[in-house]
Amino acid sequence: MGQRVAIVGTGQTYHRSSRKDVNGVELIQEATARALEDAGLTRKDIDAVVIGNMDHFEGINYVDMWSIDGNGGLHKPIMKVTTGGTTGTTVAIAAFYHVASGLFDTVLAIGWEKNSESDTTAAIITCADPFWERPTFGGAIAGLATGALGYMHRYGITERDAALISVRDRKNAVKNPYAHLREEITVEDVLNSPMLAYPIKLLDICPRTDGACAVVFASEEKAKHLTDRPAWIHQVSTRHNYTFFTDVDRSGRMPTLYEACMEVYRNAGIKDPLHELDVVEMYTPSSFAGLVWIDALGVCDEGEAVKLVSDGVTEMDGELPINPSGGVISTNCIGATGLIRVAEAAMQVSGKAGEHQVPGAKTALATGFGGCHWSDVLLISSRKPS
Amino acid sequence: MERVAIIGIGQTKYERSKRGETFADLVFEVVTKALEDAGIGIEDIDNVVTVSNDFWDGRTISSMAVTDACGAYGKNVSTVEGDGTFGAFYGLMRILSGSFRSTLVVAHCKGSEGSNHLITNAMFNPIYERIIGLDSISSSALQARRYMEKYGVTEEQCALVSVKNHRNALKNPFAQIAMDITVQDVMRSTMLSDPIKLLDASPISDGACAIILAKEEMAKKVATKPVWVKGIGHSADAYNLGDRDLAEPEALIRAAKKAYQMAGIQEPFREIDVAEIYDAFSYQELLWSEGLGFCERGEAGGLIESGATDMGGDLPINPSGGVISAHPVLVAGLARIAEITIQLRGDGNGRQVDGAKVGLAHGINGPCGQAHCVWILEK
Amino acid sequence: MMPKGKYPLLTVRSEIEQPYNYSLGRYGSKLLKELRDNKRIVGIKCPRCGHVYVPPRQVCGKCFVKMDEFVEVSSRGVLDSFTVVYFSFLDPETGEKRPVPYGYGRIKLHGADSEFLHFLEESDIDKLKIGLPVEAVFRENRTGSFKDIKYFRVIRE
Repeated sequence: MGQRVAIVGTGQTYHRSSRKDVNGVELIQEATARALEDAGLTRKDIDAVVIGNMDHFEGINYVDMWSIDGNGGLHKPIMKVTTGGTTGTTVAIAAFYHVASGLFDTVLAIGWEKNSESDTTAAIITCADPFWERPTFGGAIAGLATGALGYMHRYGITERDAALISVRDRKNAVKNPYAHLREEITVEDVLNSPMLAYPIKLLDICPRTDGACAVVFASEEKAKHLTDRPAWIHQVSTRHNYTFFTDVDRSGRMPTLYEACMEVYRNAGIKDPLHELDVVEMYTPSSFAGLVWIDALGVCDEGEAVKLVSDGVTEMDGELPINPSGGVISTNCIGATGLIRVAEAAMQVSGKAGEHQVPGAKTALATGFGGCHWSDVLLISSRKPS
Repeated sequence: MERVAIIGIGQTKYERSKRGETFADLVFEVVTKALEDAGIGIEDIDNVVTVSNDFWDGRTISSMAVTDACGAYGKNVSTVEGDGTFGAFYGLMRILSGSFRSTLVVAHCKGSEGSNHLITNAMFNPIYERIIGLDSISSSALQARRYMEKYGVTEEQCALVSVKNHRNALKNPFAQIAMDITVQDVMRSTMLSDPIKLLDASPISDGACAIILAKEEMAKKVATKPVWVKGIGHSADAYNLGDRDLAEPEALIRAAKKAYQMAGIQEPFREIDVAEIYDAFSYQELLWSEGLGFCERGEAGGLIESGATDMGGDLPINPSGGVISAHPVLVAGLARIAEITIQLRGDGNGRQVDGAKVGLAHGINGPCGQAHCVWILEK
Repeated sequence: MMPKGKYPLLTVRSEIEQPYNYSLGRYGSKLLKELRDNKRIVGIKCPRCGHVYVPPRQVCGKCFVKMDEFVEVSSRGVLDSFTVVYFSFLDPETGEKRPVPYGYGRIKLHGADSEFLHFLEESDIDKLKIGLPVEAVFRENRTGSFKDIKYFRVIRE
């Protein structure tokens, strides 16, 4: 009836806007090697591999097959999972189920993207329905822009309010050696950055990054021998309710994120996430989303996130730090981004986050976003699940 | 492994072009059929795994297109991009984890909408292999030639696969290409990529397939004829075609070994009553039969000549007509599982293998069968 | 052992053209036919929850129920959200850069419950506001395409 699962090692590449020195397979291998080293394992010890990215970004069909030299999967079971922006978290969840099922004891999860190799927006546009939505759709940026405008209208938030998220995350990234963008910015910097699609400006949105991330999931029995600081996966949840962007129910909190969080909290017995969680690695594709969706985490009332953020609650020294790694706004290698959230959350509760460690963090939430409001949520803790 | 059963299945008729249907329409059709077959409603499905491929669909995040149609609203859902047998594997693991009682797995593909050549060309290394124009047919031709040369298998022996399976397809209402042909017909058909001729090759197909997996407790309550999962295994080989001996199905041997071990099968040819294996091309049924241990290496040509794999033989292979009779990519592996389920339930009608109790379903992923997934099912 | 000295890091340019013949399906075909022949927009109504979806599709995702009641919705509606896109990008449909700036909006047509994405005539951000009434402007020569509606115009009378 299932076994307990823990993360016993993580690895990331040093994310950059263009890695001309490696091809995709080599990029994957970098992260994989680091994760194995962190876990104290070799390729021999891995029972199965799960990998994900967005096909059209690199123009390669059947990436799990193509990257076999770098992903450790030769002569092993391997499968590919892909769900757009949530690919990284979906990969983590798949690796979790591989181990939880009892069929595998040590599973390697890999997420990666070489955004420099293609036109990101052009590729994303093809996720929209070819007849009804592609002609107008301007990629993730334009899609998020219409959402952001809606939030401004509904909750009265301003561009200045949203900028706080970019400023916070970019400041945190300075202490994260793996992050892509590692310079602090000010609210004025954000407001003065070029307008891409109103109201989203360059510094409101995630960058395009080349990078890979690998995470080793292990059964309780294996984890015991590998580390004294395992990061246990307590709960995972996914919601993806829509096919058309225009069907999304925008009458309340971000619907799928809220539903997924509530399912996780319900199953884990969490009643007061603001105080029971120690840190959140939240997938924030834009500053506006990063601001408004905080209420979907259930840590404040609907529309009240601005107060939380401006009061410093989500800063590194606040009650509930969000994105100590610098988040998506500092690094966005799309296929890896969700997995980086999981890796960073695991690093936090294992005390392995170095300079961007939240002191005493024991319980972390990692979220993923993509698709048509696809949301993944994972609850990770240093305490073993009952 | 805890007992999990297949309690519902649904397939569309496989056709060259389903012009009037979108992916969502196909998915809704098979999900509805599978639910009806299982006698349950969508509310009894705890989670969903969809199977699709961005290149085949011409759509990034291909899973988005079928969210409404697969009943994922308000449920946990995920997507596997690979053959349906792998998607079903994931669906099974989600149940074994203890988190869900039932999983709906649904795969779709419309080969008619894109260019098979360009889509399969995109599987190959962009710098070294794509420029020589490799695609699924020409790369498989390389494998066929290697296999035939190494083991002395003849084109005529391969042609027997096409003859057998297309004839079997006459009794399968879902199959796309059902016909009574001879070895000469195959030998005389247009050469596509030597030695693969038109009638050695599977068609381009549109279709979808859905299966519902349920844990024992639910299966016993709900299903009149549950089909139990006894063994599963999957494995992958090297990627660059030159990195492996294409005549040696190493990945299949590993996958099968795991599945047989789990199912307690020691003599596959004797203990398995019916098999549905992924014959995208005629030579593949022979090569994979050897990888599955149905006979010694190089002996599959002799096996098919003996009639052992015919309907009525010792181990009928592909009573449904196989992939050579209908090949919606990704769907075809899941359809093999569905067909074995039909066999073990005794619902095969004209294509029923009498007394079938143990069946094997097989799927492949990647160029030249780089990865294989094997399922052993039991009544 | 790596060869001595510096050597350039090469990249190989490859452009992939992937042609597709997407099926519109029966439901979408009906909408395009109405646009072409009658300058009408139709949606589809769920028999269970009563939600009217534009564009029409077979399944109501929430109820998981097949729909077949087409309803005409107005070609006028309310601008529910919008953006003006300023950055140019490769349009995968044409292979060319999409001309910018262009405005598009999420429009709630009167009679529909879900929204509709389409171009806006206006691309001056200062002249757009959420809640403005808009109406579809149809082309004279219509071919049975989504673009038979040229764009939505803000009703300023």
